[in-house]
Amino acid sequence: MSQPVRVAQLSCGPEHSGVQKEIYDAAAAVNAEMFFPDVTLNDIRESYGAFGLEARSADLRLAIARAKALVEGRVDADAVFIATCFRCAEAAIVRNELRRYIHENSDLPVVSYSFTERTTSGTLLTRMEALTTIARRRALLAREVQEGLTMGVDSGSSTTKAIVMQDNRIIGAGWAPTTNVLGSAEDVIKTALEEAGVARNDLEATGTTGYGRFLIGEKIGADLIQEELTVNSKGAVFLADRQRGEATVIDIGGMDNKAISVQDGIPGTFTMGGICAGASGRFLEMTAKRLGVDITELGPLAMKGLSGEVPMNSYCIVFGTQSLVNALAAGSSAEDVAAAACHSVAEQVFEQQLQEVDIKEPVIMVGGTSLIEGLVHEMGKLLQTKIVVPPHSQYIGSVGSALLASGFIRGDSGEGA
Amino acid sequence: MAKVFIYPATSLILSDMVERWGHSPLGAAVAVREHIQSPGLDSPPLQMTADDPKRGLKYAAVEVPSGVRGRMSLFGPLIEEADAAIIVNDADLAFGCMGCARTNELVKYLIRKRGVPVLDLVYPSCDEDGVAFVAAIKAFLSDLSGGEP
Repeated sequence: MSQPVRVAQLSCGPEHSGVQKEIYDAAAAVNAEMFFPDVTLNDIRESYGAFGLEARSADLRLAIARAKALVEGRVDADAVFIATCFRCAEAAIVRNELRRYIHENSDLPVVSYSFTERTTSGTLLTRMEALTTIARRRALLAREVQEGLTMGVDSGSSTTKAIVMQDNRIIGAGWAPTTNVLGSAEDVIKTALEEAGVARNDLEATGTTGYGRFLIGEKIGADLIQEELTVNSKGAVFLADRQRGEATVIDIGGMDNKAISVQDGIPGTFTMGGICAGASGRFLEMTAKRLGVDITELGPLAMKGLSGEVPMNSYCIVFGTQSLVNALAAGSSAEDVAAAACHSVAEQVFEQQLQEVDIKEPVIMVGGTSLIEGLVHEMGKLLQTKIVVPPHSQYIGSVGSALLASGFIRGDSGEGA
Repeated sequence: MAKVFIYPATSLILSDMVERWGHSPLGAAVAVREHIQSPGLDSPPLQMTADDPKRGLKYAAVEVPSGVRGRMSLFGPLIEEADAAIIVNDADLAFGCMGCARTNELVKYLIRKRGVPVLDLVYPSCDEDGVAFVAAIKAFLSDLSGGEP
């Protein structure tokens, strides 16, 4: 087994919230080792003075001192995990500034998270897995070209996708709603292989990602089983032809959203989650259903409407649905309601998640929701930029998997590096 | 002998002074010891579990961050038990660290609200203030019933 990835923990409150064990469990599951950077009392006094943020909480001052020790190289780490209590305003300020400070002044991958006492290791697992992947698989993540014949399978919360690639080209695709995880995967794999005109035995390497990655990966004997944060960012910059330089990847999913700040195809900081399904693709599915249109029609419908005509706040999916029903009952047009729903989801993602990463252009939107042009339009308005939606953006996880899996053909995946 | 809540609750110096003048200190050491000595808990490093923030709901509403409620599950019962309290404001980290500023505000409020005798002090910044600081604590503890003059 390779050496554990050393993840520095900067935090306030997890031990008192009873979730420290969950953090340790999530780390252990991905062969990572959490540690608290050693600093002296003098370091704490000097560091938070020099940092210039006058936090009242002593634990946050300690976190600042630890961050400075990491950036100044007094303590070695492979990655950084910043965790503070959900709802604490002071902690939110410190968390955000520390994440930015570390990102700008070091190469360390950082993830920040606000927890409640109900946070479980399962919730933290994908984030922790992404941190260790970035630290452990830099060589693999640097891969820019897909080689040979490979397949990627993405088992998402709403849909399952498969892509077959050969010599840097997509030659087969399969898509199905996720019902039975293995069954859906079998369906999409079959479709993708048929479209590609190849047999399963011809494949030189396979990769899986998404919620069902472990189950499907084990079933098909995948070479690569990897969380969707690193896989999606790689797939996004590949499809958008932005493999070098900075980029921001936004993936509004069926159950959770990802916002990833990418440098040369490798994620630097990222957030994953969302407060409520109101800020996810699920709310748009509900809106389409209530309007009596197919989800594929929602985007064009929204483009004909004016979002400002209908007050809607999908901070919570129930309140969002209330606004939707009230607006329709008051005589609002379906076009305006569709536009308002798109605006509301974009606004929630903007307010709740995009504040946690540094937005750097180009902004690339991926995932099934990137096909809803009303949503892309509203996000572009909020970010005041033209959003890039690459071709095959709905297959992003599968493409990223197929691309990265090709690193295993000749054994140059960089595993163990 | 009186039970005296100390703030910062992690201050070993304050704890020692309370004992020296014949009283029983109520601080973090007491609360944490009870936790780590309770069988069946295995959530390091303080042996606190997600149930503790729920117990803390007695002192702070659910909108309050979980870490505040978890800390209150330790400090709240001590405050309820206290016959008196010594509060040292703006203390140096070396004197005793209370990690969370929001918890600190609530702890001080609750102890003052209880109506027990409270000695409110500012952490000394020079030798002269230090002498007066110790003298004030000695006088306060000596005046409490059961204290040693």
